[in-house]
Amino acid sequence: MSKNGMVHIYLMGKQYEVPEELTIMTAMEYAGYELVRGVGCRNGFCGACATIYRIKGDQELKTCLACQTKVEEDMYIATLPFFPLVKKVYDIEEVTPSQQIMMQLYPEIYSCVGCNACTKACPQGINVMQYIAYAQRGEFEKCAEESFDCVMCGICSSRCPAGISHPQVALLARRINGKYIAPESAELKERVQEIQNGTFEDLISSLMNKPVDEVKKLYNQRDIEK
Amino acid sequence: MLTQEMLDSIKKVEAKRKANAALEPERMSADAKDEVLKKYHPDYIESQFTDLVMGVNKGEKVPLELAELLEGKSRIKASDVDLSNPKYDVDVLVIGGGGSGSAAAIEAHRAGANVLVSTKLRIGDANTMMAEGGIQAADKPNDSPEIHFLDAFGGGHFAAKKPLLKKLVTEAPEAIQWLNGLGVEFDKAEDGSMLTTHGGGTSRKRMHAAKDYSGAEIMRTLRDEVQCEGIEVVDFSAAVEIILDDEGKAAGAVLMNMETKELCVARAKTVIIATGGAGRIHYQGFPTTNHYGATADGLVLAYRVGAKLLYPETLQYHPTGTAYPQQIYGALVTEKVRSLGAKLVNKDGEVFMHPLETRDVAAASIIKECRDGKGGIKTPFGEGVWLDTPMIELKNGEGTIESRIPAMLRMFSKYDIDIRKTPILVYPTLHYQNGGIDIDTNCMSGVENLFVAGEAVGGIHGTNRLMGNSLLDVVVFGRDAGKSAAAKAKDVKVGKLTLAHIDSFEKEREEAGVTTDTLSPKLLPHYAREVS
Repeated sequence: MSKNGMVHIYLMGKQYEVPEELTIMTAMEYAGYELVRGVGCRNGFCGACATIYRIKGDQELKTCLACQTKVEEDMYIATLPFFPLVKKVYDIEEVTPSQQIMMQLYPEIYSCVGCNACTKACPQGINVMQYIAYAQRGEFEKCAEESFDCVMCGICSSRCPAGISHPQVALLARRINGKYIAPESAELKERVQEIQNGTFEDLISSLMNKPVDEVKKLYNQRDIEK
Repeated sequence: MLTQEMLDSIKKVEAKRKANAALEPERMSADAKDEVLKKYHPDYIESQFTDLVMGVNKGEKVPLELAELLEGKSRIKASDVDLSNPKYDVDVLVIGGGGSGSAAAIEAHRAGANVLVSTKLRIGDANTMMAEGGIQAADKPNDSPEIHFLDAFGGGHFAAKKPLLKKLVTEAPEAIQWLNGLGVEFDKAEDGSMLTTHGGGTSRKRMHAAKDYSGAEIMRTLRDEVQCEGIEVVDFSAAVEIILDDEGKAAGAVLMNMETKELCVARAKTVIIATGGAGRIHYQGFPTTNHYGATADGLVLAYRVGAKLLYPETLQYHPTGTAYPQQIYGALVTEKVRSLGAKLVNKDGEVFMHPLETRDVAAASIIKECRDGKGGIKTPFGEGVWLDTPMIELKNGEGTIESRIPAMLRMFSKYDIDIRKTPILVYPTLHYQNGGIDIDTNCMSGVENLFVAGEAVGGIHGTNRLMGNSLLDVVVFGRDAGKSAAAKAKDVKVGKLTLAHIDSFEKEREEAGVTTDTLSPKLLPHYAREVS
């Protein structure tokens, strides 16, 4: 239990007393750490601050992002500022949206033993094992959607007995989905063509050459789409 | 735990929600906007600014905190490094591994240049990764680049450099197409047409998004492409000085290992500064939405070798930073929340402004409401107004929040706040550096062979930026800077390297009577508590 709003935590095994409202990241700074590794956007988007912890008396190792998790009494904390994920190199122009590509680049996904440790570890609450199953079957659209909130912190991979680099598999699936599977925007294509043909050149030039008072008037009276 | 005051106020918000949702609040007149800005926007507080006493922009106004860095001492002496023995020798050196740096690296590499990316944290650790709401491009039939130009020019107070803004809007659709071609996902209808919404100050719905992970989706794809193309990236490696050659042209940089502090020399035919913004300077003590590394380094590096800055006195305060809970104080609540229909509501549950005014006007209006209106709702460490998120589902149906702004839902749910049911407290937060290094249409600064892209540039947006024009600018100007720097590198013969500017800058400091010991660039903020 906390006393006077303070809790005891263990950073890499060493005890510190810190205010209970802090996140793991701000608690480390409170303890005196000047962070260079294991810190990034501080907002839950970049995956730089993967962290493993265990509460004293509890068997289970838990995982989180340090910037998104409050400290607790008797929390043993170890940061995981870097994890050696396997990243395969490919030419996105040459990739085909078929199951083959996964077999070729990330064959280890077929060694998944179904332990679900990846899903349990994901700080974003993503069903990681499920998206790996989609990737195995070449169902890239589903894999892309299921994995969309991935911040590539690598915690899933650190827990995987099959050595799968889940975030990289998901990224490939999303790129394939974005480029090849999701329907192309005809409007966009047409507009790019119009611009290349110089369709808007005169309109913009004439706007740029108007005196500023006239432009202000145009701006203040412009029609705003509801 | 929400306080009793918050709970009581929420009841009032709930009671008026249905009527508020149906309301179409009036937009402010041009005069009313000017007035609220002058009286309440932080950029207008004269005591927070000072005139530079040295350098190219001598006599011009900048924020106090920036003046300290621009007039700061170099971290190194010229004798600390051996310029005759560069560790890296490349065509194009890109400083910064965010959105613009990555886009620049890809284009320079594709143009045949030998490219090195040097970044002080990891590639992708950048404000681009954190941009949530979207990216603008005029690709709808009722829209055009010229309308986009007018929106951005007016939103930026008619101060943008017109040729730069023209580039931004005319190259926007192609930028989206380029991203989509790399595999970036966008929210689309079944026929492939883009799902677009308004942003503050837009007159057409041209905000393209990838849920509310728009920047993350762009950044992780660009990073992957940099890796797939085999471009060399050296991370935890900060540029601490630009190196010139004996003709005064940019010819590389001194890089410092962020962990061991070891210095090395990177020689290059052209250099691109893509170092991003400055939120972690915490101007006027504001919290920020920015990345840990956003410390205006590029401005300092460029200024010290004689590049001119444009509009460094204008900052963007995002109207809706998180005001509660404390753990995410200052974190971004994307403008998309308002695009989808949530309104800003005061303590008594009244809508006090149109939710989609430009960011500077919206931020100033919130400050006004707290200071001279109904007053803010107090938190243990500040105050705020309500952003009535449940309104989104009232208007657009259940499930909208989860499908369109999942990151926001997750961010607050970690602190037991369900934004589908409870409104959230917001207050302006430091978001964007409107000004930066002055460039020409080839992205080159006033220093020959020194290019700039992304948030470090000044002048593209004028003195305020519209939502969705920054992700756009990192892609458009990142790509252009990469192409220009690669093309220029073909004709460059690098002369003898020199760091003589360090001594002359130090001399200028003395002559100007600057006596501070502040070292710059800042590199990282100092958050560690002093423990002794």
